[in-house]
Parts: sequence; structure tokens; C-alpha cells
Amino acid sequence: MEFLGYPADQWLPFTFAALMGLSILIYVCLDGFDLGVGVLVPLADEAEQDRMIASIGPFWDANETWLVLAIGLLLVAFPTAHGAILTALYLPVAIMLLGLILRGVAFEFRVKAPYKWKRAWTWAFFAGSLLTSLAQGYMLGLYIMGLISTPLTIGFALLCAVFLTVGYSFIGAAWLIGKAEGDLQSKAVNWCKGGVWGLILGIGAISLASPFVSTRIFDKWFTGPSLIYLAPLPIISGLLIVYIWSALRRLSVNPNKEIWGPFVAAMALFALSFLGMAYSFYPYVVPEQLTIYESASAPEALIIILVGTLFVLPTILAYTALSYYLFRGKATELRYD
Amino acid sequence: MDALILSRIQFGANISFHILFPTITIALGWVLLYFRIRYNRSGEQRWMDAYMFWVKVFALSFALGVVSGITMSFQFGTNWPGFMEKVGNIAGPLLAYEIMTAFFLEAVFLGIMLFGASKVPRWLHTGATFLVAFGTTMSTFWIIVLNSWMHTPAGFELRDGVVFATNWWDIIFNPSMPYRLAHMLLASGLTVAFLIAGLSALRLLWGEKGHGVRTSFRTGVIMGAMLIPVQIFMGDLHGLNTLEHQPAKVAAMEGNWETGPNVPLVLFGIPNEETRSTDFEIGIPNGASIILKHKPSGVVPGLNDFVADDGTIQHPPVAPVFYSFRVMVGTGFAMLFLSWAGVWMLRKRGWEPGDLPKPYLLMMVPMALSGWVATLAGWYVTEIGRQPWLVTGVMTTKEAVADVPPVMVLSTLIGYLVVYALLIGAYISVLLYMARKAAKAEAIPNPRRPGEQPLPVPAE
Repeated sequence: MEFLGYPADQWLPFTFAALMGLSILIYVCLDGFDLGVGVLVPLADEAEQDRMIASIGPFWDANETWLVLAIGLLLVAFPTAHGAILTALYLPVAIMLLGLILRGVAFEFRVKAPYKWKRAWTWAFFAGSLLTSLAQGYMLGLYIMGLISTPLTIGFALLCAVFLTVGYSFIGAAWLIGKAEGDLQSKAVNWCKGGVWGLILGIGAISLASPFVSTRIFDKWFTGPSLIYLAPLPIISGLLIVYIWSALRRLSVNPNKEIWGPFVAAMALFALSFLGMAYSFYPYVVPEQLTIYESASAPEALIIILVGTLFVLPTILAYTALSYYLFRGKATELRYD
Repeated sequence: MDALILSRIQFGANISFHILFPTITIALGWVLLYFRIRYNRSGEQRWMDAYMFWVKVFALSFALGVVSGITMSFQFGTNWPGFMEKVGNIAGPLLAYEIMTAFFLEAVFLGIMLFGASKVPRWLHTGATFLVAFGTTMSTFWIIVLNSWMHTPAGFELRDGVVFATNWWDIIFNPSMPYRLAHMLLASGLTVAFLIAGLSALRLLWGEKGHGVRTSFRTGVIMGAMLIPVQIFMGDLHGLNTLEHQPAKVAAMEGNWETGPNVPLVLFGIPNEETRSTDFEIGIPNGASIILKHKPSGVVPGLNDFVADDGTIQHPPVAPVFYSFRVMVGTGFAMLFLSWAGVWMLRKRGWEPGDLPKPYLLMMVPMALSGWVATLAGWYVTEIGRQPWLVTGVMTTKEAVADVPPVMVLSTLIGYLVVYALLIGAYISVLLYMARKAAKAEAIPNPRRPGEQPLPVPAE
């Protein structure tokens, strides 16, 4: 099973690492905005809350499925890494799961339970979104620190928890600029302005911290010609941030133009940061301990999954696109009929 | 308590909570498609009314199923890393196919099915309903394949203590898969039939008279009456299959200690693992031999065959399997009696649920949850009955557990239990509230989309 001259135990793990990375990135971008909308809920009044939640109604469930796919790929392609990572992150994973449960069900209960409970379920929706975002940021931070818990690494992980939550809130607000109208839209522009600093600090902190945790990563970035061909990453990121800042200023004046500008730019920013991280950590899946080649499942098992993936993944992307197309435009009240 | 027992309780609690909701959505998706098609063809509002009520129940159940399912996918890694390390080459592809062919399909088209009725053409909305139902069933297929393979593994070889696939056809169509799949799909059908009948009975008792609720009630009772005999037959076949591949489980189900002929069918008793006998046994002579071997002299395996020479117990704990089995079968017979009685009485009354005797309707109300009881009991029989094995003959449950501090498992377990208890309470109370609201709202004409005139309420 050679492919482009590479033996199966080389190209299959690499392909699956790429697929898993893609799933994580899509998850972070898609569920990121609906988690962010959840975190922003307390800042709005009840009618606006309904509108905000309606804007993510048809999507949140499919968005979360990317997390299941990402964790599923980790599980099936790199089983030993799956065990090592998840047992190291036992508590934050449990907190994230409780958060996901709370927000997922609150979404339904909010509108179906008696009205007197609606406020309580709105809070559950907020609390669940917040817990999920914080837990994911914490896990990201601890992963960058090599999954080792010392006071220093835990401090960094806590910082990442805050940054990722602000980052999610930012893309949540950017989503609302596109989906909302009137007062809520102006509020969303202001939320974005408030969150952009968190975005910069978060990406900055993670980019600066990784090379200093591991000399291997430091050497990958700062020795030889790599510095030159990696330079576009930080430069484009910087330009994107400048664009976001100026677009937000224009949006406060005219809320009808470039409404998707900040959202798309923020997605690109997330993608670039993710690429940078992937470059830093490759070939390790458990930082500095286990490479994707050491922990991969048997090629026979991987090829079985890959064949299906090649057919199914484009289909999934196509009908996901169909769903976003059908529910395009400004968010309207969610109705079953 | 050690991490093993705590992790087992946690996994048991998670999967018990989870299965409640897929059990509803698997079959309810098809029922909704049926309502939708009946409406498309006849244009009768009652089918749309039924659809509109039950699609809300579907949405709520689906959300609970999704979030508790995400929990499951993480539990493998956090609590049972040994499982994937040993059998990942088989479990992995099966889980991957479940995610790729089922989860995305249902999640994406659910959005269109729930909120797209006014945005997409009718055929696309009906198509989305079909794809959601199809997705839930595909998901059942893959997860039952994996579960059955763990009970009756086939098509693999062991190399250096790790399982490798040798024949995917044998893995997918392993010996117990067809029986388990049919048994589970029927269980879902029955759960939904009785949920619909029971909740509709409550709405009738609360005075609702509309066409929607009466159509729902009829659909539920007739569906239950049609499925339950098939299920009893299927359950029997599944039992015979288990006898062939996991005799210790059947011995525990029957509460039979000594292998031999003329084994009675124990209706009630208290299995005692200390004395290795069943106390206060009430049974039908030769019953178990006749059911399992189709003759009184049939030899039925006993639990004492599964004790090693050094006294190590190699059979599952008897009492939970024994009692769960009786709860499942008892619930099944209550379903048979009540659904057939219902159909018989409906026939006598011109298929008019409003004319049914009140005590009958009252009895149907608690039956709304009978499917949950039977399904959980059935899963306890088969899963506890597999112990001490996780994958029969390949790895024990103990080998798979993670080395996590017990106190950590205990704290997350308490967290999950509290949340699950609250959510089940909230779920049932919201179902009741929705039923109450439907019963109350019926006097006031519903605002409908322009062009759709509500049917006049018939004089009754």
C-alpha cells in the first residue's frame, strides 16, 4: 500500500493526523461561534436573546458533531494517544461534557418548558457555554504545556481558558453582526470591539509560549531558512487583525456593508494560528512523548476508514453547505411550521 | 471503592441515561415520516397536528441524545483506555462509520426538518425527515454491530495481545448481530408506540378532543399491538442465540445452578450466590427446558459449570441479570395485554379513542414509560450478563479500566448523576407540560400559515 513512494505506515498516520486537524479546526470555528453566542447571552435583553439563539438554532447540533468526529478520529487512528491525552485531561473533559450537556438541552428546554423557567434555562445555556469554552481553553493551554501539571503550567492553562473564551465570544459577536439587525447588530459590533484585544492577547500568548516550552519547537521556528518561509504566518495574522479593527470602525458607521468581514477574517485568523500550532507539534500527538507514527492503528484498520472517509467527507461538507445556504440571511424566529 | 467499580457505575449511568433518548428518536423519526406522508397524500390536518406535537418531543429527545452521546465518546478515553488499545483496530472503524454515515446526516438534516418547513419545498422537507430517520437507524446499525461483536467476536486474530481484523464481513455480521439489531429496533418501535399512546391517553383524559390526539392514540396502540408479538418471537430467538454463544448469561437469566434436564421456568425467586441456589422459587416444571430446548428432557446449562477449580467465579452476578430479565419480560406481557385489549375495544367502538373506558386510559398513562423500563432492563440483562468479560473471551472489563484516582472518578460520577436526575425530571415534566398545553390550547384556534384553513372542530 505505497502512496507517492511512502509506505503505508507513513502516509496513513499523516493523512489521519491531517483529517483530525481539519476536524478540530472546523469544530473550533463552527462551534466556536455558537459557544460564543452562548457566552454573550447575559449581555442582551430577552427578545435579543431569542434572536441570538435563533441564529444558531439550525446549526449548533451539526457543529458539535465535528467534535465527535475529531475525538473519534483520535480514538480510531491514534488509540494510545487518545487514552494518554484524555486521562491526563480527565477533569477538564468532564467539566466540558457537563457544559455541553447543559447548553444542548437548555436550547430545547428554554422554549418548551413553562415560561416561568425560561430565565433559568437561559442561564443554564449561558453557564454551559461558558464552562465548555473555559474547559476547552484550559485543555488547549495544558496541551501546549506538554500535558504536565505544575503551578506554572496550570496558571498558563487558566490564562488560555480566558483567552479562548474571549476568542469564541469574538467570533460569536462577529456572527451576530452578520445575522442580526438594528440594536442587536450595533451591540454585536461593540462586543467585537471589546473582544478583539482578547483575540490578540490569546493568539500572542500561545504563539510565544510554545517555542519556550520546548527547545525542539524553538529550533523548528527560529533556525535556518524556516524563519523566512514561516514569516507569512505572523505577517498575514497581523494584517487580518488590522483589517478586523478597521472593518469594525466602518461597521459602527454603516452597519450594512462588510457585515461578514470580521467573521471571515476571524476564521482565517483561527486557521492560521492552528496551522502554526500544527507545525510546532508535528510529528507529536502527545507533546514530546508520542508521535503520530508510534501511536497509529494498524494500516489495515486505517485504510478501511479512509476509503469511507473519501466518499463521506465531501458529502458531509456538501450538505452542511446546503444547510447554511438554506438558513442564510438575517436570523428569523424559529418556527416548526 | 476502587476505580474499576466506580468507572463501571459511571459508564452504566451514562449509557443508561443516553439510551433512553435514542430509543425514542430511532422509531419516532419513522413515525414522523409516516405522519408527514399521510398529510402530504390526504391533506388532512389531523396528520399535521400529530406531526407538530410529536416533532417537538423528537427535538427535545434528540438534543438529550446528542449531548449524552458526546459524553459516551469521551468516556472510552477517560475511563477505558485499555479497550481501544486492544480492540481499536475493529472498534475504531465501526465507530468512525457511525459518526460519518449517521451523526452528520441526522444533525444537519434535523435543522432543516425542524426549522425549514417554511423555507424549503415540501419534497425537501419530507426528504429531510426521511434522512433524519434513516440516520438514526444507521447509527443504531453501527453501534449494535460493535456491541454484538463484543458479545460474540468473530473475524479477527490476536497478534502480540492486540486484535487485528481478518474478515470484515464476519465482524459486521457476527453471530448475535442480526438478533440484537432486530430486538433493539423493535424495542424502539414499542417504546415510541407506548409513549405516543400513553401521552395521548393523558391528553384525552384531560379533555382534549381534536383529531390530532385521536389519530396519535390510534397510531400508538395499533403500532404497539402489531410490534409486540414480533418482539416476543424475536426475543425468544435472541435468547436461543445467547444460549449458543453465552450460556452463562442464560443460566443467570433462568436462575439455574445445576446443568441438567427438566429445568423449571422460574417465575419468581431470590438467587443466593452464597448458598448457590435460588430461594423461594416459584416455577413451572420443565418450563426452561421446553423454552430453550423445545422438550422437557432438554439439558439446560447451569451456573455451577462456570466456576473454576480454584473457586473463581466465571459467570456474571446472578441477581441483577435474573431480576432485570423478569422486569423486561413482565413489561413485555403488560404491553401485549394492554395493546391488544386496546385494539379490541377500539374496534368495538368504531375506532373512537374518546369512547374508551376511563380505567383503560388511566392504565395506558404510566405505560408511556414502559418502553424505557423494558429497554433498560433488557440492556442490563445482556450487559451485566456478559461480565466478567468486556469482549467475550478476548478481554475482561478489569483489563480495560484507566488508572485514574478513584476520588476523581467519584466526583465526576456524582456530577453526572445529579445532572442526569435533574434532566430526566425536567424532560418528563416538559412532556407533561406540552401535553397539558395541547389539551388546553385546543379550544383556541391556532394561528396558522396563510392559506391553510384549520379544519372545523367536529361536533361531538
